[in-house]
Amino acid sequence: MKQLLTGNEAAAEAAIVAGCRYYYGYPITPQNELINYMSVRMPQVGGAFIQAESEIAAISMVHGSAAAGGRTMTSSSSPGISLKQEGISYLAGSELPCVIVNIQRGGPGLGDISASQADYFQAVKGGGHGDYHTIVLAPSSVQEMADLVYDAFDLADKYRNPVMVLGDAQVGQLMEPVEFHKKLKKNFPQKAWSLTGAEGRKRNIIKSFYPVKGQLEEFNAHLQRKYKTIEEHEVRYEAVNIHKADVILVAYGTSARVCREVVKKSRQLEFRVGLIRPITLWPFPKEIIRKISEKVRCILTVEMSAGQMVEDVRLTVEGRCPVHFYGRTGGGVPTSSEVIKKIVEIVPDNRAANTLLHLAEVR
Amino acid sequence: MQSLYEKPKAFIDTATHFCPGCGHGIVLRLIAEIIDAWGIRGKTIGLAPVGCAVLAYNYLDIDMCEAAHGRPPAVATGIKRVHPDHIVFAYQGDGDLAAIGTAEIIHAANRGENITFIFVNNAVYGMTNGQMAPTTLLGQKTATTPAGRDMANYGHPIRVCELLAVLDGTSYLERVSLSSPENIRKTKKAIEKGFKTQIEKKGFSLIEILSPCPIYWRMDANEAMRHIDEEMSRTFPLGVIKNWEQKN
Repeated sequence: MKQLLTGNEAAAEAAIVAGCRYYYGYPITPQNELINYMSVRMPQVGGAFIQAESEIAAISMVHGSAAAGGRTMTSSSSPGISLKQEGISYLAGSELPCVIVNIQRGGPGLGDISASQADYFQAVKGGGHGDYHTIVLAPSSVQEMADLVYDAFDLADKYRNPVMVLGDAQVGQLMEPVEFHKKLKKNFPQKAWSLTGAEGRKRNIIKSFYPVKGQLEEFNAHLQRKYKTIEEHEVRYEAVNIHKADVILVAYGTSARVCREVVKKSRQLEFRVGLIRPITLWPFPKEIIRKISEKVRCILTVEMSAGQMVEDVRLTVEGRCPVHFYGRTGGGVPTSSEVIKKIVEIVPDNRAANTLLHLAEVR
Repeated sequence: MQSLYEKPKAFIDTATHFCPGCGHGIVLRLIAEIIDAWGIRGKTIGLAPVGCAVLAYNYLDIDMCEAAHGRPPAVATGIKRVHPDHIVFAYQGDGDLAAIGTAEIIHAANRGENITFIFVNNAVYGMTNGQMAPTTLLGQKTATTPAGRDMANYGHPIRVCELLAVLDGTSYLERVSLSSPENIRKTKKAIEKGFKTQIEKKGFSLIEILSPCPIYWRMDANEAMRHIDEEMSRTFPLGVIKNWEQKN
């Protein structure tokens, strides 16, 4: 049965369906629908809900419940996620599974409360101190929010690693029909490493501290091997209209919704436009972007930032084709017209000149 | 032959990393003795802090979790939600609990978390070479108060038990010390009282233990014990500050 929910509410309900029973959060706009929803739903399913005294306390409570073997989640928005970085680094260093939802807003500083994608670097490069990665999933619709939050818990458990679901104010607050078609999780993988009291077994210790010379380097090597496995097995993306494309757009989340419209409108243009939409931002869909870069005239990355993901696109393309960027910052969302104008500007042959600019205004 | 005194089973046989004359080893041993005597190894989960006792899990043979500096009350809360019938305790120093983790301890207390906090107060940051702690005495010389702690710049030492006592969420608060065999026995009784508070689900308990740090107090071991009795206990009076059994 389909329900009409905001992305924030869909994230919360999907977590419940995935078996999350320990939620800790701190109110911040634009993710308030999520914490509010959890305060009602968690008691209904016999779970724990705490409005924590701070973002730092919330992520630390997640640390405790994850260490104790529970499925656990926190959510916030950009300034709050900055505060959580201490905890996320400890979670990664302790190899604890958990889910963190970031409904991004404009920055830096207090910024504003409208949609932004300016936390990309923070999300995919680690964010806190030390060499680590969180798996980063980027939904572009309410349905996908529900599906990815559900999967996030399985991925977290599979790799004993924090998973971040990276949305933005638009994906978090818009309402769309959503169906929770995945089944209610009741059986969870055994976590022999978790803290349950050492009854009849050797004790378990959850820690990230390796003071003996050499041990930390060994542990980091283990982490890097794990990340390599994740990069090999967990890449997700959507490809739209990429066959024989002249220009490929690379965009995720809300920007990808705009670019999908651009692809639709571009049928009236003299050249072909495709879209690659990374669903996992880390691991980044390098292989498809590398392959496509050998076939197209150019790539245009569209973001609601001053240009962050475009760096990963360039690192992937390694100069095989020009990589252009169009972005809006501070809560601005690119329009399809703006993107089409940018495409017309960058297409490297006279076919662009044949395209009347008024097409940029196509409806 | 009956053995009158031996190493507790829950106390791991290993070389100590603590400095000569430090009180941490005594406190950890007391916890191990209680775990043995009460047979609760299988249902006890401990939290290690950041600070001198960061390696607490090297000594206690139970399930244990690390927490970021100051966060044990929040991490312990997350563990307790998953295992409400287990005995969860957090072991914290004065910097961890009363400086960087002030928000976490106050709110865990205010929620009345059914957790026991072992608060080791030695009035100095030992791990980082002897800087001022929130509990450093007025006039006490440290690496960052070379002329002695002065009120004008650094305020007064924080009395954690008295601070928490005004919160309705706290159930058992006691301050003890390690300055003599008699006081060590009282410390053990106080920790037992904390665990009992938790087992009977009476809520938040915190045992503050005045503990010697001869190295960064620049004293010998005997002077350090005398310092606890003659100086420290004047700023931090010993005794039961709050007891749920005596309510109403």
